[in-house]
Amino acid sequence: MYKYDQYDQTIVDARVEEFREQVGRRLSGELSEDQFKPLRLMNGLYLQLHAYMLRVAIPYGTLDSRQMRMLAHIARKYDRDYGHFTTRQNLQYNWIKLEDAPDILADLASVEMHAIQTSGNCIRNISSDQFAGAAADEVEDPRPWAELLRQWSTFHPEFSYLPRKFKIAVIASDQDRAAMRLHDIGLQVVRNNKGETGFKFYVGGGMGRTPIVAPLISEFVPATDLLSYTEACLRVYNRYGRRDNIYKARIKILLHEIGADEYRRQVEEEFAHVKTLGLDPPASEFERIAAHFAPPAWESGLPDTVDRSNVDFAQWVDQNVTAHKAPGYAVVTISLKPIDGIPGDASSAQIDLMADLAETYSFDELRVTHAQNIVLPNVRKADLLTMWQKLVDAKLADANIDLVTDIIACPGLDYCSLANARSIPVAQKIAARFADPARQRDIGELKLKISGCINACGHHHAGHIGILGVDRKGTENYQLLLGGSGAEDASLGKIAGPGFDEDGIVDAVERTIEKYRDLRQEGERFLDTYRRVGMDPFKEAIYG
Amino acid sequence: MVNALRFRDDSAHEEPAVTFETFLGQTNATAVRLEPGDDARELIPHLDRLALIEVSFPKFRDGRGYSAARILRESGYTGELRASGDILVDQILYLRRCGFDSFIADAELDEAAVDRALGRYGDVYQKAADGRSPVWALRHG
Amino acid sequence: MKIVTGNDLETGAVTWWSGDGWSLHIADAVDVGAHGEAIAATEEATRRVNAPYVIEADATSQGPRPAHIKDRIRAVGPTVRLDLNIKPADPTAGSWVI
Repeated sequence: MYKYDQYDQTIVDARVEEFREQVGRRLSGELSEDQFKPLRLMNGLYLQLHAYMLRVAIPYGTLDSRQMRMLAHIARKYDRDYGHFTTRQNLQYNWIKLEDAPDILADLASVEMHAIQTSGNCIRNISSDQFAGAAADEVEDPRPWAELLRQWSTFHPEFSYLPRKFKIAVIASDQDRAAMRLHDIGLQVVRNNKGETGFKFYVGGGMGRTPIVAPLISEFVPATDLLSYTEACLRVYNRYGRRDNIYKARIKILLHEIGADEYRRQVEEEFAHVKTLGLDPPASEFERIAAHFAPPAWESGLPDTVDRSNVDFAQWVDQNVTAHKAPGYAVVTISLKPIDGIPGDASSAQIDLMADLAETYSFDELRVTHAQNIVLPNVRKADLLTMWQKLVDAKLADANIDLVTDIIACPGLDYCSLANARSIPVAQKIAARFADPARQRDIGELKLKISGCINACGHHHAGHIGILGVDRKGTENYQLLLGGSGAEDASLGKIAGPGFDEDGIVDAVERTIEKYRDLRQEGERFLDTYRRVGMDPFKEAIYG
Repeated sequence: MVNALRFRDDSAHEEPAVTFETFLGQTNATAVRLEPGDDARELIPHLDRLALIEVSFPKFRDGRGYSAARILRESGYTGELRASGDILVDQILYLRRCGFDSFIADAELDEAAVDRALGRYGDVYQKAADGRSPVWALRHG
Repeated sequence: MKIVTGNDLETGAVTWWSGDGWSLHIADAVDVGAHGEAIAATEEATRRVNAPYVIEADATSQGPRPAHIKDRIRAVGPTVRLDLNIKPADPTAGSWVI
């Protein structure tokens, strides 16, 4: 994992003191809310329905047990004993007092964390593959590149007042676990036929009001040009992205309006100029960063089998454990989706426990997934059973990863000032309807994603089944979308038809799934069946 | 409290800035004013005769002027580069880093607060137009 | 009736205009008639409350009930964490919101 040096620490510490001064000016009345708002947003501090909300960055979703325990400590000391893991691999506190915010940032800085650029029209937290460094299918660990981008984008003087927010994801596998093509810039680390490292650049993807799967802008940008090329992409956007309408200000609209070819031409022209400026660090800097991500000292000669005599444990292994690149090891995903819980929420005690497990069983490392779960990336297969028993005791052993109850849901109208409808109660009712583990397993992989407004924090466009909450004449109404995917086969869901009330949408989901069970052929997931037969049979089942 | 700040040793340019359109249509003006939508690159052939380029920020949220400033500096412009309009203390560091060396703000600025803002970060992560070495250069001295 | 609501500057907590100050409890909210916008503007200028605004509410026997669900949720707390509500574990909270 990356460790701050003196430069990193000094910069983050300076940010804490800067924000302390800004909060002081607000509390004294020197700043109006209009003046203070952009300053607090640059530090991830929102005003939500019930209180201030603080969004803490977890760069590329990676953290160690010391950092995880600090998240629990902050929840206990300043908040209401829990935190919410988000679809951007961040953590949100829902009940923050303004006067406490600088102290919280200071506590975070003491463990090399921050809330820098977790909001505002700037480059946000860089996200990545939650299995990075452990995945059997990766070209290399994408996180050193993400860290390089994190440093480059931090307090970038030219790109802090962009037309709109800007999200970058970096992956290094053909399998996309990070919804890479639904980002403003999606990067895939690849090797060319000479064995050199470079990047596929996808630009202009996103969800929200106008969902778009990003087109490929460059097949291969050499690693030595990463920052220059990214700078060129951003400069074209900063100069020509729309600023007249907030709903048309994301880079995807610019690409949509001028076309991918014209955007590529402008970027190449800008890049030819930018590359002369010496913005890319020397290879020695990348090597310095990459050394922090050297694989842990995996032991050799470990048993590569798992004792499956406990049926519940075996089912958990089947669902929540993924292949690791090192023999004898496994990647464990801890579900934050208990049937009666709130997707992505974890209590301080649970956060502490996951930190303990990481320290004991996973080389002190944890990951946050965009599906709002937690990953322990380096667990010995021989330790899985003992660890699972501890998860059972902590009510963290739900064996439902990628099943219908592993629902992504935004905070919705229960917390969020932008929401039009509640998301969490819908997630809970659907989870309750499909609570039977055997039924979930029979249905198989099904990614269900719920957003409480068109901004799509709950990724409803990318759900195999997506649900969008809207406000219909003052009451909550839910639209059903089918056929989306945020994976390497990225696609956008289509609206099935008229919306439903809260109970109606649960019934509609069930009818959709039952129709799939009728229609499916051997080995087909819901998404496969949908793609084969199209919307009509489902529409008839839902509305017919 | 002041509206104007200048970080240059030469004397201030006296000639008023003309609009971008006017400038491109005449050959003798030495000062020009860019609005957010104007293309700074069109000034590049004329940089030799320019002593002042004023970049307007009608709203601080409109960040196009940051790119305009860097493009001008990257093209070798060394004259006065002035940011004018909705300029707040919390933006001055970024504006300086993009190459602005004078400011005329709609609302008064507290000079002590500006000094604190400019001195707060001893090091920076990326190259810009201010000649500061990024930390990656310092790390590998 | 019309009532005025905002969020407290220091805590961010939802507050309701009670006639001579801000209360955490919607039951204390008073009908401001046609003066809502003026009260919101005056209070915003003091910079002690964030973005106050005027809403429609029904006068009920238990006090004002906002017309829009968003403000009913603001008045009570998250419907999915009744333990964190302004009146924890009030069994009537859920039906009041919906």
